[in-house]
Amino acid sequence: MKAVVNRIIPFSSVDGPGNRTAVFLQGCNINCKYCHNPETRKLCVQCGTCVKQCPAGALSFDENGKVAFDPSKCVQCDTCIHVCPNDSSPRTFEMTPEEVYAKVKKQIPFIRGLSVSGGECMLWPEFLTELFRLAKKDGLGTLIDSNGMIPFEDYPELMEVSDGVMLDIKAFEAAEHRKVTDFTNEMVLKNAVYLAKTSKLYEVRAVIVPDLYDTERSIREMGDFLAPYLKINDIRVKIIAYRPMGVREQYSHYQVPNQEYLAYLADILREKGFQHITLI
Amino acid sequence: MRDISMERVNETRKNILEIIESATLTHEQKLTCLANQADSLMEVLDLPEGLDELLNVPIDRKCICDLSEGHAPMRPRYIIPDYAKFLKEGSKFLQLDPPTDLYEALNSLMIFYKHVPSVTNYPVYVGQLDELLEPYIDTVDEAQAKKMLKLFLTQMDRTILDSFSHANIGPRETKAGRLLLEAEKELENAVPNLSFKYDEDITPDDFALKAIDCAMHSAKPSFANHKMFKSELGENYVIASCYNGLLLGGGAYTLCRLVLGNIAKRAKNIQDFKERELPYVLDIMARYMDARIKFEVEESGFFENNFLAKEGFIHRDRFSGMYGLVGLADCVNILFEKEGLKGRFGHDEAANDLGVEIMEIIKEFNLNHKNKYCEGTGGHFLLHAQVGLAEDENVTPGTRIPIGEEPEELIDQLNVLRKFHKYFTSGTGDIFPIDMTVHRNPEYVLDIIKGSFKMDLRYLSFYSSDSDVIRVTGYLVKRSELEKLANGEAVLQDTTALGLGAARNGHILERKVR
Repeated sequence: MKAVVNRIIPFSSVDGPGNRTAVFLQGCNINCKYCHNPETRKLCVQCGTCVKQCPAGALSFDENGKVAFDPSKCVQCDTCIHVCPNDSSPRTFEMTPEEVYAKVKKQIPFIRGLSVSGGECMLWPEFLTELFRLAKKDGLGTLIDSNGMIPFEDYPELMEVSDGVMLDIKAFEAAEHRKVTDFTNEMVLKNAVYLAKTSKLYEVRAVIVPDLYDTERSIREMGDFLAPYLKINDIRVKIIAYRPMGVREQYSHYQVPNQEYLAYLADILREKGFQHITLI
Repeated sequence: MRDISMERVNETRKNILEIIESATLTHEQKLTCLANQADSLMEVLDLPEGLDELLNVPIDRKCICDLSEGHAPMRPRYIIPDYAKFLKEGSKFLQLDPPTDLYEALNSLMIFYKHVPSVTNYPVYVGQLDELLEPYIDTVDEAQAKKMLKLFLTQMDRTILDSFSHANIGPRETKAGRLLLEAEKELENAVPNLSFKYDEDITPDDFALKAIDCAMHSAKPSFANHKMFKSELGENYVIASCYNGLLLGGGAYTLCRLVLGNIAKRAKNIQDFKERELPYVLDIMARYMDARIKFEVEESGFFENNFLAKEGFIHRDRFSGMYGLVGLADCVNILFEKEGLKGRFGHDEAANDLGVEIMEIIKEFNLNHKNKYCEGTGGHFLLHAQVGLAEDENVTPGTRIPIGEEPEELIDQLNVLRKFHKYFTSGTGDIFPIDMTVHRNPEYVLDIIKGSFKMDLRYLSFYSSDSDVIRVTGYLVKRSELEKLANGEAVLQDTTALGLGAARNGHILERKVR
């Protein structure tokens, strides 16, 4: 069993509590306009556009006609991901859960856990289950970072070895969610309830892009929707300002909300009983 | 006392005039410099043969450096008074009775600090402040206590004009400790330096997180591996000056340092370095330190006459010598170049292994060298990874990986450092500027500390990449004060000038942000 791995960050301070190793899997099932790592969206189709343009000679075709990446030659110029016509990256590796875990394990005892993100990591549920099983044997924490488009309820074995989910609620109202991601969000909200009821909703995240959707209304409605579950599940909320770094050019013109506005949104949630709110 | 040449006298007189006329030195700084000039005329030490060509040569050839301790040491370099005894018993010499409340306790300490000498003429250790003040903290209400602590800390910052001055806190949680951290966070002062003795089994996470929060604002405290220091020096150890582990009620007679890169330059190859050049210099430096200690103990009269010794605030037999070194990275890299090998220290396994081999030689030498006045530390000196001097060019601190060559990932850097911290009982440390986002996730830093202390790391410092107070090599300065000095204005603290040198020569503002 293998997954396509885009990146492993040994020490991350922004992917869950404490110091964690963050694993980014390749491929996504929605299309967030503000996606800040669009090169993780699709699997490589082996078109070879990047091979021709790599200035460092780090890319080539292997004997099977597949794009091969040599990390020792890479100069991190990012040309390959900029020229990719397919929102993908040649700098990925097909890895087994054991191979990924070997790279996570190196960070023990400096980390308290691992978080898997993407792309959308729930496109690889069996892989996740196996990876988390290995991590649990060493007492590591296991968190999933997900857009919530795949039903967690369908993967009870995964939920058993997962401490929780950091769930994006990209907009509360279905039509608004479609504006942000091209898809509606019935499944996301269903997942939110399922996770909250089973105390697996570690954190809810909202990226604030006032130009793109009604952010205040979305935060209010999300607060009303989740507040009843606070007594069974202490739901943390992360309110993240949209930033243009890494965003595809056609979507990089939105205005960045200021910290005062984020604080205003946080106050709305605080009034509804949310206690752990982080502004980024 | 040996004669000196008139040429040297006149050279010194020229230096004295320069000091007197200086526009950037404050009055206190001038007095210190003048005293150093007077001392430089003395020739009273029984110096080992061969020392001169290793010590009194330009910086690119200097193999031994005595860190401006002078020619006739009249007091130990670092003095660690037992402040708890002072608060319990008062002092006859200072005409002070034991304090009965927080007002008197803080006042007594401020008086005492004025009378603690050191190589900088300021106290390098100002006490385990949380434990010292805890018995008095409830003699006033909490708001009052915090205000008094802030005034006390500000008084220190503006009158102890040197950030080699060090306070300790932890590992146990106390109300005084908590208020001190809150006060330091708000004040963002450079003085005193602060170490948190951290032990995962004693220190509650909440208290440690408070310390990390404080560090993200004021670049202190640093975190000391309590279990490690305790296992080597016992419960009564302190962290003083930069990050030096020393015995309470004692201190360090002297600190000299090997400049390993320059010793490597003398060697033909790795074998020649290990078998001939290094042992030769190790022996001369040890005997030089012996001579300095002998003068302090047998001639200077300090331990007979100073009230600290007379009243039992310090004990001669709790002092030791600090056997220092700098430039392990330079040394390994130079030797590798001489052998035509490619690897660099910090990145290449074989280069790191050579670093360990060199440390083992130094450790072994120290275990075989006896000094009868170092009873408190088994008759041996304590190894010390010195952080460098402002005027050091092309000299890396202790065993650190050079700034600009840090491994891409922090984990890889920590895995190199952990091979070396264990050798240095009297201090070593590494410094990490941390990205702003950690303000929202201080547990990130706590996890790194917990992991590090399980993995033989001794001492870690963190500061926020955007804060005004920053850690230079071991001590703290304010960026804003550096800028003033760079523009030719006089500044309050001596260490700002050292920091400016380190920014220019040591690239300390260019560390890799984690």
